[in-house]
Amino acid sequence: MTDLPAHSPLAVRGLSVTYGDKPAVQAVDATFPRAALSAIIGPNGAGKSTFLKACLGIIPRLSGEVSIFGQPFAQARGRVAYVPQRASVDWDFPTTALEVVQMGQYRRAGLWGRLSGSARAQALDCLNRVGMADFATRQIGQLSGGQQQRVFLARALAQEADLYLLDEPFAGVDAATERAIVDVLRGLRAEGKSVIAVHHDLSTVEDYFDHVFLINQRAMAEGPVARAFTPDALHATYGGRLGLAAAPQTVQAAE
Amino acid sequence: MGAEFVQFSLTPILIGMFAAMACALPGNFLILRRQALIGDAISHVVLPGIVVGFLVSGTIAAGPMGLGAAGAALVAVVLIEAIRRFGRVEPGAAMGVVFTTMFAAGVLLLEQTGSAQVHLDVEHALMGNLEQLIWLRASGWASLTDPAALATLPPELTRMALACAVITGLVLAFWRWLKIATFDEGFAQSLGIPTGALGFGLVIAAALAAVAAFQAVGSILVIAMFICPPAAARLMTNSLTSQVCWSLLFAALSAIFGYVLAGYGPLWLGGQHAVSAAGMIAVVSGIILGLAALLGPCRKGAQAI
Repeated sequence: MTDLPAHSPLAVRGLSVTYGDKPAVQAVDATFPRAALSAIIGPNGAGKSTFLKACLGIIPRLSGEVSIFGQPFAQARGRVAYVPQRASVDWDFPTTALEVVQMGQYRRAGLWGRLSGSARAQALDCLNRVGMADFATRQIGQLSGGQQQRVFLARALAQEADLYLLDEPFAGVDAATERAIVDVLRGLRAEGKSVIAVHHDLSTVEDYFDHVFLINQRAMAEGPVARAFTPDALHATYGGRLGLAAAPQTVQAAE
Repeated sequence: MGAEFVQFSLTPILIGMFAAMACALPGNFLILRRQALIGDAISHVVLPGIVVGFLVSGTIAAGPMGLGAAGAALVAVVLIEAIRRFGRVEPGAAMGVVFTTMFAAGVLLLEQTGSAQVHLDVEHALMGNLEQLIWLRASGWASLTDPAALATLPPELTRMALACAVITGLVLAFWRWLKIATFDEGFAQSLGIPTGALGFGLVIAAALAAVAAFQAVGSILVIAMFICPPAAARLMTNSLTSQVCWSLLFAALSAIFGYVLAGYGPLWLGGQHAVSAAGMIAVVSGIILGLAALLGPCRKGAQAI
């Protein structure tokens, strides 16, 4: 296929993923804008995380094409930073916040390369940007959920990528962490970086994001928040399940 | 005393140490990946492989039995993965089915060899024969520099030291991959680290350790050595590097104290006979784990404060 736009940090055509014989994502097209904050929104089980993982080759895709800045993912790997769901890892792992951030420097150091003192300084700076500099030597299991999420974000910053893919960065975090994360993401946008986040809280979409992509196994709507984040689109995406997560006026409008 | 020690205790202790450390190294990662049961499974499934190797070759030579064991480990890994995928059961259940079935098949095969005149019996398979791996030609510490005496060292010592060195080399070479993939597999995949092959390689390294250790120390000790030293080490530190170092120390201590206690402990207590060294080494490693659980600085309870 040749119609994948090279200007887009992440463009997807006809992406399908199945678990066994159960379809998880069906024939999805999406084009995300550069230097913007984009949200992937949909009900539980709609395939949001699956969509991200399939784009990154973590889950095999049944069909479809994915392009990162106009290239296949394998060639654009170095430009992408991925932040998995916090709950997907074991935080009892014997390591410190700083060491987790330094995992983000792996591509520069390689399998055997030495991490220099300046790499350590860069990792500390990343922790500083998420307000976690004081916790550098703390074992990660001793951090709160919000602090763990910030360490994950710092690891992504250490990758010095152009595209940041975050899976539910605001899930189960405190208000201070949510503000800190939003500030960092806005800073990335100001530097011309692109951010795509799986997001749950419909009430903050308009505050935080520029662009939305609505998914419920199939692509339901996409575009700038003002145009695509409409009651009709939400109703189509969530069906009768549009519940407490939505802001009151949105719910009323949807009904 | 010195001469007797070199003759009868030095080589079994060294073999026990190398076996314990070779198992503890992959054990660290298996435990952190919540796959401790894999070590257990491997040490069981190598039994039928060793018996088949023995039946086919008719000797207890290391080569054919080692090949059989490695083959059995591969068959088991493939079977576990197949049952997990096609049977849609959780990995623990798939492992349980495969390793109990293969171990039982191994015991049945073992009974068929009972008429043979060669020494391969159930007790040997479970407890090993550490006490028999002595260095008869040694006449004292000076033998360590005597080429003629060194040539008669038990071949198990060389084999175990080699296995330990290979596994150490592999862990060092793939350290960064192992660390990242064990902590956060999804992130590792996004970096392009081949996590599937890495996990498979870890299991193969564990199988190598199990096969090398099996003949000398038996399957009971192999199980203990995969789990006890790394689990105790985790309670001592919050750094992966230190954890691995602690696990090696605990493995070595278990082998030394276990062997000495098995040989002399019963005599000190007024008993007549030494007890199984492999059994005592496993008991000592369990006691170390118990002490670490009670007193280790990085227990769950200690961390909360």
